[in-house]
Amino acid sequence: MVRAEVGDRRILSRSAFPELFHALTEAGYQVIGPTVRDGAIVYDRLRSVADLPEGWTDRQGAGQYRLERRNDAALFGYTVGPASWKKFLFPARERLWTATKEEGGFSVRAEPVEGPPLAFFGMRACELAALGVTDRVFQGGPVADPGYSARRARVLRIAVQCGQSGGTCFCVSMGTGPGVRAGADLVLTEILTHGPHRFLLEVASEAGAAVVGRIPSALAAAGAEDTERAEAIVAATAASMGRTMPTEGLPELLRGNLAHPRWEDVARRCLSCTNCTMVCPTCFCSSHEEVPDLDGRTVERWRHWDSCFNLAFTELHGQSVRKSGLSRYRQWLTHKLGTWHEQFGTSGCVGCGRCITWCPVGIDLTAEVAAIRATPGAVTPKAGGKT
Amino acid sequence: MPTPPRPKLAVWKFASCDGCQLSVLDCEDELLALADKVEIANFREASSAVIDGPYDLSLVEGSVTTPEDERRIKEVRAQSRVLVTIGACATAGGIQGLRNFADVDEYRRVVYAHPEYIQTLATSTPIADHVPVDFELRGCPISKAQLLELISAYLGGRAPNLPNESVCIECKRRGNVCVVVAKGTPCLGPVTQAGCGAICPSFHRGCYGCFGPQGSPNVPSMLRHLHDLGMAPPAVQRVFRTFNPLAPAFKSASEAATSDEER
Repeated sequence: MVRAEVGDRRILSRSAFPELFHALTEAGYQVIGPTVRDGAIVYDRLRSVADLPEGWTDRQGAGQYRLERRNDAALFGYTVGPASWKKFLFPARERLWTATKEEGGFSVRAEPVEGPPLAFFGMRACELAALGVTDRVFQGGPVADPGYSARRARVLRIAVQCGQSGGTCFCVSMGTGPGVRAGADLVLTEILTHGPHRFLLEVASEAGAAVVGRIPSALAAAGAEDTERAEAIVAATAASMGRTMPTEGLPELLRGNLAHPRWEDVARRCLSCTNCTMVCPTCFCSSHEEVPDLDGRTVERWRHWDSCFNLAFTELHGQSVRKSGLSRYRQWLTHKLGTWHEQFGTSGCVGCGRCITWCPVGIDLTAEVAAIRATPGAVTPKAGGKT
Repeated sequence: MPTPPRPKLAVWKFASCDGCQLSVLDCEDELLALADKVEIANFREASSAVIDGPYDLSLVEGSVTTPEDERRIKEVRAQSRVLVTIGACATAGGIQGLRNFADVDEYRRVVYAHPEYIQTLATSTPIADHVPVDFELRGCPISKAQLLELISAYLGGRAPNLPNESVCIECKRRGNVCVVVAKGTPCLGPVTQAGCGAICPSFHRGCYGCFGPQGSPNVPSMLRHLHDLGMAPPAVQRVFRTFNPLAPAFKSASEAATSDEER
């Protein structure tokens, strides 16, 4: 094994690309990455490089997602799909513990968190930023979430710098992409022009170096022109964002406009269906339920994804605190873009655009914010501030 | 020490297809455990042996469509401590609720050789229109898991955990790709209550709304959305008048679709 150093830059040719994949599986990682399923590019277990969406791209707009063929054989020629990496660290449904009635009492058995180390293959800059956010949410408080932490400790992050932006992307506005700055173990940039199909590979951590150290013969030296080429690719992506959302004074803007008429306008469109929160890579709300067996001898505690758009989510003493769709949408947006800063020291939004694409009626948070910014201080006469 | 008496369970049928009662029998693996905990006292779909009431828990399938039904549901209520409706018919009129939007006499003349033998009401109505109902289980048919949760909650003296959230959340928890956004397939998931586990979208079809409206459905937005997807007003009316035509939110949706057409 040849020693690779953090900061090393190498060229990995398309033909040698499978060797990186093999190095991961030989190192014991289960590889999770993008693959085509049911008309979208989703993150799932990959068996080989052949499972990657070679030659596919996506076209995204508000409430619109379509797969299309590219006229080249790019492996990463698309942006982000419906589900984020969140589901591998914070599963949609998870048994936390089981309690059993015994002579004179009961016993509780915590659910073990088992599984192989995971290689997240093809994370985008916005997704690395989202991982940073969920790390703060699940691990930053006085008590770290045990399931999240156990899974998170086993994750290797192989990032891909975006070679194109999607119609609903706005990572530039949120300062999270498209270039990868931190939080990855390896960083790839796919180069399709000016020579053969190849990847610039940057070693960003010791764990990344250990993987790269397994495939010295697959790698060639990277020249200054390769680095410049990669920078030009990222710059072109940054210059073609589908959306923008100026963030200056955003928490204050939202806090000062809780009775703005735009909330009524968006509430007329919002279906309260929860899709935006489900696809968001940082939304973390959950509910717990106790599931007893018919005997009443054993009870399991389950946690599942929940949403601030559900009426029952704020039910206290048989009544929902946020009855109207207006109050629920406003809660979501003001938390995500405003009060998240107070709670976690960062915005809850990374600019991935999933909530725009996967909203059935195409509600676009960047347009909602722009409308409020255009007429700050406007007040709905009848509804002002009412939930 | 004598075992305490098991609660007596009765299952009743009104105008319906028996599918929800079959869901009770479909509890196969859990059925023995269930029979251990409750005395199945009156369930003619399963056994002709009937134990007299009163009953602790009555499950009622079907809607009220005849004068006899009207009389019988009051009897059932009088003999039941807790009455739970099971399924779309009992809860929101069922497919036969279509008669409420049509002329029953005309149906009778067209369908039956001797219409004079048919005694029926002009409407199909949910059980709750006739007697107080303690809980409603949605679906066409009901979900076996929800039924077991209901009975388990009843036995444990707690409220059942049956959320009134949308089908979309179940779809996303399953990891389904949204059929609306990725394929433009019309889907009632956003306005429909969860409970089925998002069966239809899991097989790449739109939701048919068989669990009825979710807790806070936005009907006007859904109607505009279906229109934008290219659904004609009669088709929109049809999807809201399939399994739960009399659920207030779906009824208003189907009526608004018609008025759109007239306009």
